[in-house]
Amino acid sequence: MLKINNLHAKVEDKEILKGIDLDIKAGEIHAIMGPNGSGKSTLASVIAGKEEYEITKGEMLYNNNPIDELSAEERAHKGIFMSFQYPIEIPGVTITNFIKTAINETRKARGEEEMPANQMLKLLREKCSMLEIDRKFLSRSINDGFSGGEKKRNEIFQMAMLEPTLSILDETDSGLDIDALKIVASGVNKLKTKTNATVVITHYQRLLDYIIPDYVHVLFDGKIVKSGNKDLAIELEKKGYDWIKEEINN
Amino acid sequence: MTDLKEKLLSSFIAFENQTNIDSYVHDIRSEAIKQFESIGFPTKKLENWKYTSLKKLLNNDYSVLPQLNNVLEFKDIRKYLIDDIDSYKIIFVDGKYCSHLSETTHEGMDICILSAALSQPKYELIIENYFNKIANDDGITSLNTAFSNEGAFVHIPKNKFVEKSIQIIHFSTGNESSLMFQPRNIIVVDENSQVQIIERHQSLSENKVFTNSVTEIYAEKKSIIDYYKIQNDNLQSSLIDNTYVNQERNSTFSMHTFSFGNELIRNNLNISQNGQFIETTIKGVTIIGEQQHVDHNTLINHNKPNCNSHQDYKGIYNNKSTGVFNGRVLVNKQAQKINAFQSNNNVLLSDKATINAKPQLEIYADDVKCSHGCTVGQLDKNALFYLKSRGIPQKEATALLMYGFANNILESVKIPEIKTRINHLIANKLGVKIGFNL
Ligand SMILES: Nc1ncnc2c1ncn2[C@@H]1O[C@H](COP(=O)(O)OP(=O)(O)O)[C@@H](O)[C@H]1O
Ligand SMILES: [Mg+2]
Repeated sequence: MLKINNLHAKVEDKEILKGIDLDIKAGEIHAIMGPNGSGKSTLASVIAGKEEYEITKGEMLYNNNPIDELSAEERAHKGIFMSFQYPIEIPGVTITNFIKTAINETRKARGEEEMPANQMLKLLREKCSMLEIDRKFLSRSINDGFSGGEKKRNEIFQMAMLEPTLSILDETDSGLDIDALKIVASGVNKLKTKTNATVVITHYQRLLDYIIPDYVHVLFDGKIVKSGNKDLAIELEKKGYDWIKEEINN
Repeated sequence: MTDLKEKLLSSFIAFENQTNIDSYVHDIRSEAIKQFESIGFPTKKLENWKYTSLKKLLNNDYSVLPQLNNVLEFKDIRKYLIDDIDSYKIIFVDGKYCSHLSETTHEGMDICILSAALSQPKYELIIENYFNKIANDDGITSLNTAFSNEGAFVHIPKNKFVEKSIQIIHFSTGNESSLMFQPRNIIVVDENSQVQIIERHQSLSENKVFTNSVTEIYAEKKSIIDYYKIQNDNLQSSLIDNTYVNQERNSTFSMHTFSFGNELIRNNLNISQNGQFIETTIKGVTIIGEQQHVDHNTLINHNKPNCNSHQDYKGIYNNKSTGVFNGRVLVNKQAQKINAFQSNNNVLLSDKATINAKPQLEIYADDVKCSHGCTVGQLDKNALFYLKSRGIPQKEATALLMYGFANNILESVKIPEIKTRINHLIANKLGVKIGFNL
């Protein structure tokens, strides 16, 4: 589904991604771990199409087509979704307003009809109950004054509404208490099918107890330095990132 | 081409000949034309007009006493009305009252026209008490006073809750290439009464239109007035809108000004609080582009203690447009324990757009709470990316952000149909088709 070859990216003349290779197939869950500042969020943003990052080398193929030249909205229309590590607050725009616009603009771009109002309402209701979200929440402004946990839940709610093919969840676990974490994780698992894929970016192994990855990658200084299965996450949790650093230095 | 000022001065006699020379207002008009003669039009040399030049506007050869040329039907004006609410309508076409499009009343209150009030003896007292009592004697207002003969006349006596709102619309259809109008509205709301008013100026032709409007509003004790101005005229039209408000004890006044259209708009909004426990709210949303120019010049005069004023103006400027916000709050010595809040936030969507913002707080009392804030920003790139990453295209995402930016101004609009209409106009102005009102 997503194939990344030797990807280099920079921002303001600073190289952050220094040769990333990734191969994500339909039905898979990949975890990306790594210390702060290693480039995890940058990788996610580059895949989602944030313009300030410049790709200097390498390529990204999504269903065998290069996506480097596509705008963020075009990538979203193709089914790429990123849950933000720091969701943006937008006062004055309600979540309902936002999500309806997002769904209908996506449908329009795909040459489909707008979603009928009653169907939209049903979908909103369904996804709220799946993520145990109070429906009053929908009439609040996007992330405006939300707690850390509410923001993350809102991200997964949007994912549930948009039903993407490739979801990249950037530190969705941070800011969530254990109960919220379970709800979010079970939401993600429910949305999982054989035809979509999920990339979970996290700091801690904790989330991976609930969302079981097929592969775990360690990102360090802009490169994937180690890949393995879920046991790698457990080992990392035990030994810390210093262990990786030492291993690289040797 | 003669100078516009000269033309106006020489037309004054012709104008006066059409009106009643014996009337009370005759003397006022004569004084006013003298005042205009000595002061003339404002220039950029005046501190208050530093950022707004009328030069280009005054260069047209206006017909200053326009004739009524066209007969309008309801279908021609319908889209300029908020037509899904039951309302009184005071409609003017080319400066003349148009009875077949209007819906006025004299039952228990007067919702009618100034020319009638000026010519009928039963209104003599009220005209003497309220006509030109609070309007300034600056050049532009004096000019209007000199030519004042027509406009809305609204008098709501004590203890009346006016259920239907009042729409005042001045249309121009004139066949002449440039037209100048001087509408004059008087609104008097007596003790414990309540009314909602919507005002609009609309040109229906491609001809140059210059409207110099004056409205005097009297909010007597315990009255409540909500006033809405929809300024969305075409780019051939310019508007100087002078509004003078006098508030008495325990009255509540709100003004929402939506400025999306016109080549040039200058709003002079002067409010005087003359009793205790007064609430004043003035808000505005300005969204302009091209080479449009909108200038909000406001003054709130806190003369008495225990009052509040709340001022919130938002502006979005695209292309080469220019905005001015000049908000003056004056707290006099005896106005203790007042709360005055002022906020002016602006977004520049293009690097060729400019905004000149000048908040002025002058406080002569010591026990007051005043705050003011003024910001000028650009579109938030991170927020834009957030929306785009959800599949919302650039233009729609920008519109949604701008809508969100301006939205809190709409929250205090009490008539839902106005809110819907403004939402529509905003979407239109931002060039998108998405419905914001969900
Ligand atoms: N927009 C940006 N401008 C400047 N530096 C950036 C920007 N985005 C990320 N960086 C830098 O790139 C590095 C990687 O950041 P990030 O991708 O957020 O790491 P992680 O998510 O792994 O903590 C950091 O050193 C960070 O300061
Ligand atoms: Mg990060």
